[in-house]
Amino acid sequence: MKFRVERDALADAVAWTAKSLPSRPSVPVLAGVLLRVGDGRLQVSGFDYEVSSQVTVEVQADADGATLVSGRLLAEITKSLPAKPVDVAAVGSHVEITCGSARFTLPTMPVEDYPTLPEMPELAGTVDAATFAGAVSQVAIAAGRDDTLPMLTGVRIELEGSKLTLLATDRYRLAVRELEWRPDEDDVSLAALVPARTLDDTAKTLGPVGGLVSVALSRGKLGEGMIGFAGGTRRTTSRLLDGDFPKVRALLPDTHNAQARIRVSALNEVVRRVGLVAERSTPVRLSFSADGLVVEASGSEDARASEAMDCAYEGEPMTIAFNHQYLLDGLKALDAPIAVLSFTDPKKPAVMSPAKDDGEIVPGYWYLIMPVRIGS
Amino acid sequence: MGRSQVVPRDGSGAGEFGPDADDTGCTVLHVDMDAFYASVEIRRRPELRGKPVIVGGAGPRGVVSAASYEARKYGVHSAMPGSRAQRLCPHGIFLPPDFAAYTEASRAVMAIFRDVTPLVEPLSLDEAFLDVAGARKLLGRPARIAALIRHRVATEQRLTCSVGVASTKFMAKLGSTRAKPDGMVVVPAERALQYLHPLSVSALWGVGERTAETLQRLGLKTVGDLAAAPLGMLRAAVGDAAAHHLHELSWARDPRRVIPDHVEKSIGAETTFDIDVSDLSIIRRTMLALSNKVAQRLRHADQAGRTVSVKIRLADFQTLSRSRTVDVPTDVAREIFEISWALFSSARPGERIRLIGVRVEGLTSADGAPRQMTLGERDHGWRDAERAADAVAARFGTGLVTPASLLRGDGLRRDGNGAAPAPNSPEGPPTRHNGGR
Repeated sequence: MKFRVERDALADAVAWTAKSLPSRPSVPVLAGVLLRVGDGRLQVSGFDYEVSSQVTVEVQADADGATLVSGRLLAEITKSLPAKPVDVAAVGSHVEITCGSARFTLPTMPVEDYPTLPEMPELAGTVDAATFAGAVSQVAIAAGRDDTLPMLTGVRIELEGSKLTLLATDRYRLAVRELEWRPDEDDVSLAALVPARTLDDTAKTLGPVGGLVSVALSRGKLGEGMIGFAGGTRRTTSRLLDGDFPKVRALLPDTHNAQARIRVSALNEVVRRVGLVAERSTPVRLSFSADGLVVEASGSEDARASEAMDCAYEGEPMTIAFNHQYLLDGLKALDAPIAVLSFTDPKKPAVMSPAKDDGEIVPGYWYLIMPVRIGS
Repeated sequence: MGRSQVVPRDGSGAGEFGPDADDTGCTVLHVDMDAFYASVEIRRRPELRGKPVIVGGAGPRGVVSAASYEARKYGVHSAMPGSRAQRLCPHGIFLPPDFAAYTEASRAVMAIFRDVTPLVEPLSLDEAFLDVAGARKLLGRPARIAALIRHRVATEQRLTCSVGVASTKFMAKLGSTRAKPDGMVVVPAERALQYLHPLSVSALWGVGERTAETLQRLGLKTVGDLAAAPLGMLRAAVGDAAAHHLHELSWARDPRRVIPDHVEKSIGAETTFDIDVSDLSIIRRTMLALSNKVAQRLRHADQAGRTVSVKIRLADFQTLSRSRTVDVPTDVAREIFEISWALFSSARPGERIRLIGVRVEGLTSADGAPRQMTLGERDHGWRDAERAADAVAARFGTGLVTPASLLRGDGLRRDGNGAAPAPNSPEGPPTRHNGGR
C-alpha cells in the first residue's frame, strides 16, 4: 500500500474516525483505524462494535492494499503535520509517513484480525444536512448521561410520513423537534432509539458538508437494530439502544395559565450572572409579574444574587425555580432571538418555545423543563 | 473515664435528675462508655465478669489504662502506676492492652451514635458528645434518644454506657459522670444551677489541682461559691481568661457547640454473607435491603448524595468497586437500589460473592433543600412513601414497613438460608425503642 494525499483531507478523515474509537478497546485491533487503498481512493475506517465510521478520500494511489495503525497516534500525527502533501507507505510490519522533512514510522496491527464493518441498513429517506444537524443539537442536549437508565441516553427518532421527530429526555427536561424530511416511501412509519452522543457527533460532522443526509434504518429483524447515516464521503452506522422510551408526548401540556416573552440573549446573560452563586443543587428563582422578571439565586453559604429585567408577561404573578444549567441549555437550544415560556403551575413543567423578534412562536420545537421544588 | 471522683453520686438526690426529668431543650448528650477497655476484655472473655479486671499496668513500669468497677473498689483507677495497682489489688487480673480491639469496639459504638445523629464529636475512643436537636423529629425526646442509645449499645455491642442529657456540653458531661455506671442523668435546663452549685469547684472544666488550691485559699469550695464571687477577685487569682471562663461555667453557660470531628462524607452499609452467594435473587434482595438502610440513614441525617458506589468482595477476597454520579442528589432507597443494581450488573462479577456494600457519597444537606422534580412525577412518589415508612419505624421500631420483596425469606434475615445481616444491621430482629417514654 502506498499513496499520496493532501494533509487536511487526511487529518480530517483520521480525526473523525479516531473520535469514535474506544478508549479501552476489548480487543487491541479496535484501537486502530484501517487505511485501505483501491480504485484511486483511500477508505479510513473505525469500528468499536457499536459505532462504525468510514470516510473516503481521493488520493494519488501508487499501490493498493490495507494497513491497520493506532488511531489515536495517527490522529495526533496527522493533526500536527505541516500543510504539505503526505506520503504514506506500508513497509513490512510498519507504515511510513513522510510529510515535508518530517518522517514517522509506526507499527501496524494485523489487518486480517480486524472485524468487517457492518453494511448500511436499508435507505429510509433523506433530510437536509444542516437542518438535521441543528435539530439534533437542539434535542441531544436533553438526553440523559446516566447509564443506569440506558434508554434515556438516546435520542428517539420517529419517522412518520414526511415528518421526522426527535425526542430526548433525562427525566428533568424533555426536548422535542419536528422537521420535514423526504421519506423513501410516503407511508413510512418507523422509530429508533439512537445513542445521543453518536447521533450528535454524526450530525455535527455531516452538517457542514451540506447537501442531504441519507438515513438508513433496519426494518424488522433484518440488519438487527442498526441505523446508518451517510453524507458526502462519510458514512456511519450505530447500534440502536434497547428498551422502551417513555411515552413523553403526553407530557407536553396543551394549555397554559401564564406566558412570558423574553429576549434570549438578555435572559441568558442574567441567568448566567445570577447563577454564579447558585450551586448544582440550588436553583435560580424566576419571579414574573406585570412589572417584569426578577431572577434570584442563593448558594449554601449565604451568597445571594438578584437581577431585574424586562419581560412581557401575561398571567397571575408567579415564582418558579429551575436548575440554572437546564435553563441555560434550553435558551441555547432555542436558537431564536425570543424565548416564550409557558407555565401552568410552579410545580408543573414549563415549556420553552423559540419565537421571532415580533414574539410569534416558531413551531416545531419544545423544551420542557421541570421546576425545582423549594422547601419540602 | 476522666474525673469520676470529683462529682458526688449522692447528696442532691440523683432521682431528681433521673430519666424522667424535664429534658426540654436538653439537646446535648454526653455518652461515656463504662470502664471501656476492661468491658471490651470482659465481653470476649465472659469468665472475667464480676472480677477485678485491670487493663495495662502489668509490667514493672506499666500504667493502668482501665479498671473494671470491681477493681475500682480496691482503689485502682486509670493512670495509676501498675506497681501501685498491684499492691492495692493483688488478686486483680492484669491484661495487656489490645488497642486494635478497643478501636474496633469504639468504631462500632460511634457508628450507633451516628445512626442517631450526624453531629457526633468523639472526645476519645470511649466518649463523645452528640447534638440530638435534629434527631428529635424522628426519634423523640432527648431522654428517649439517650435510652435508645443505651439500649442499642447494650444489645448490639454488649457494652454499657452512661449518658448525660443537658442543654450544654459541660452540663452533659457532669451528668454522665453522675450517671455512672450504666445509667442516665437528665439535667433540666432551668435546674442546671441547682445541680451545679453544690459541686466542688474541681468539677469545673479547666480546674486542676493547682487552680482548685488557689480557689480554696480564697474560700471558694463549691461552684456556687465561685459563681457568687466578685469577678475582680477571680481575675486577680487566676488571670483574666480563666476568670471569665470559670465564671461563665459556674453559671452553667457553655456556648461550645457539638462539632463533628469530621463532616460525614459518605453513608454506607455492607453485608458479609455467612456462606458465599452466587444466587442473583439473594444478592438483589440484599442490595435492596442495604439501599433501604442507607437511604434511611441519609434521611435520618438530613443528607442526600449524588454518587452511589457498590463494593463487591468475591470468594477469593478480590474486591471490586463501582460508582456512578447522578445529577440530582438522592436519599431515596428506590433510586439508590436502581443505580446499585445497575453497577453490580455492569461489573458482572459472575462468581461467588462474599460481601456486598452500598454507599452514597458527595453528601449535601437535604433538609428543606430545593429538590429537582422529575417529569411526570406523581404528587406522592417513592420519597414520600419512604418518609412515611421512616415515621412508622421511628414510632414502632424498624422492620415493620419494608419493600414486599424483603418480607419473608429475604436475604438479610437470620433464617439460615445462607445470608445473615452484618452485626449491627437494623434488618435483624426488630428492636423496639419505647423504653424512654
